[in-house]
Amino acid sequence: MADVQQIINDATKVYGKERKALMPILQAVVKEKNYLDDQDMISIAKALDLSAAEVFGTASFYTFLDTVPRGKFVIRVCKTISCHMAGKDAIIQAIEQLLKIKIGETTVDKQFTLLTANCLGWCHKGPVMLINDEVFPELTSQKAVEIITKYRGE
Amino acid sequence: METTKLKRVDIIFAMEGIDPIKVVESTIKKDPDTIILEMIDSGLKGRGGAGFPTGLKWKFTRNEDSYDKYVICNADEGEPGTFKDREILDRVPEKVFAGLAICGYTIGAREGFIYLRGEYNFLLPKLNEKLVAFNAGMKKIGLDFTIQMRSGSGAYICGEESALFESMEGKRGEPRNKPPYPTVSGYLGKPTAINNVETLVYAFMISRIGVEKFKEFGTKDSRGSKVFSISGDTPKAGIHELELGMTVQQLVEEFGDGDTKAVQVGGASGGCVPRKLFKDTIIGYEGIPTGGSMMLFNSQRSMYNVLHDYLEFFTEESCGQCTPCRVGCQQLLKGIEAVKRGEKSPSYLDDLKKLARTMKVAAKCGLGQSVANPFVSIVTNFKEEIIY
Repeated sequence: MADVQQIINDATKVYGKERKALMPILQAVVKEKNYLDDQDMISIAKALDLSAAEVFGTASFYTFLDTVPRGKFVIRVCKTISCHMAGKDAIIQAIEQLLKIKIGETTVDKQFTLLTANCLGWCHKGPVMLINDEVFPELTSQKAVEIITKYRGE
Repeated sequence: METTKLKRVDIIFAMEGIDPIKVVESTIKKDPDTIILEMIDSGLKGRGGAGFPTGLKWKFTRNEDSYDKYVICNADEGEPGTFKDREILDRVPEKVFAGLAICGYTIGAREGFIYLRGEYNFLLPKLNEKLVAFNAGMKKIGLDFTIQMRSGSGAYICGEESALFESMEGKRGEPRNKPPYPTVSGYLGKPTAINNVETLVYAFMISRIGVEKFKEFGTKDSRGSKVFSISGDTPKAGIHELELGMTVQQLVEEFGDGDTKAVQVGGASGGCVPRKLFKDTIIGYEGIPTGGSMMLFNSQRSMYNVLHDYLEFFTEESCGQCTPCRVGCQQLLKGIEAVKRGEKSPSYLDDLKKLARTMKVAAKCGLGQSVANPFVSIVTNFKEEIIY
């Protein structure tokens, strides 16, 4: 388990303790553990001398700053028009079958969460998905399954 | 049929014989006011979509009396159908940095930021590495200017400049009222010049190749060239840098699959041009301005699905702060669904158009204001597809 307090301390050294440091700190925690729990947000609030409500208010605004538990690998399949036309439905179906979860769910072993996302900026090479920060354009159902199977081994 | 060919341009990605730091070094020998006059003379307008004259933006920021000023590169490219900024930052990041530095020198800013959307985080390691070298280069040539990276976290609205400042300040990305404009009160309430990625590269290239060379391209109202993101039903999807001022017809002849029935110009927030208007519609500031997104749809596509997709997008991405946008997006979406199911009569679409037009005047920011663009153009031109 990531030591959240350590992450916060490290981030405040780089970004300071003013309000403007909030996003980078939230992002640093999410990068490490993929979501923010209540205690994380309270710790961040303490470090920046903010109310916990302010921190939650900010975090909950952003799609990528999840405030509910997520798997080790968060899969986001682009669902916007170009990827829709290029066949994102088949990709999602293949992933759902492989991982035995629906969109929005996390596998029992807490390895994978499957989500959809709005335009990821690969309209000429759809369908596309992100796994954490890594991007996989020009997907086919088979490719998607292969990629996720590889992650499974890690 | 017109047969004029599109003019391809190679300014943005050209790197041969260009040393960005050297260009900055020679540019900062000029007086800031001279640079501003050159930018104004070049006719360069913002390439993010809004099209505000870059030279004026820099001038207004320079004229503000403040010790702290900022220059920000808006790389929160989230408009569906747009992917040019990712490509630019991936292939020629130093030109973006140099554009920021030139802008920083001109307006009197010592700090610059690149706000990169979270979806492009995979670019961060490379960009950070190159920034270290670039910042060192600035020190070497004696320019007191450093650039830092900031990331977004999956909110389309943060591409709106004032929402972007809010996000950088550690808050919810909710747009501010304007005025005051960013040139007066931007990031941390200080005068801020915020420019699109592509705009900064053109500004840099104008310093390098000169105003006259840049003015050779385009028309009186739309100077220069532009990077287009072409997607949808096309065999040539991808990034294409083209001269401004072409018609949609010319674009379709070059990129269409022979069966194009509509082109969505400017992404989800842009307008939809049907086949019958291809010839009369100019792509540029005198016709329809655009951030460069061109989505082509052929006759097999249901325009109902296209509009439904866009409205879902706006419903999810609306920040929820102002009522016209928060409720309006939801009602437009519910409305076309009800018409499709036959629960509402086709004339209900006219009521929905009125609602969209109300959003155009009543919404607080560009997101809510622009929902009317796709809505009215698609409903007007493809009414049958929405109803049946």
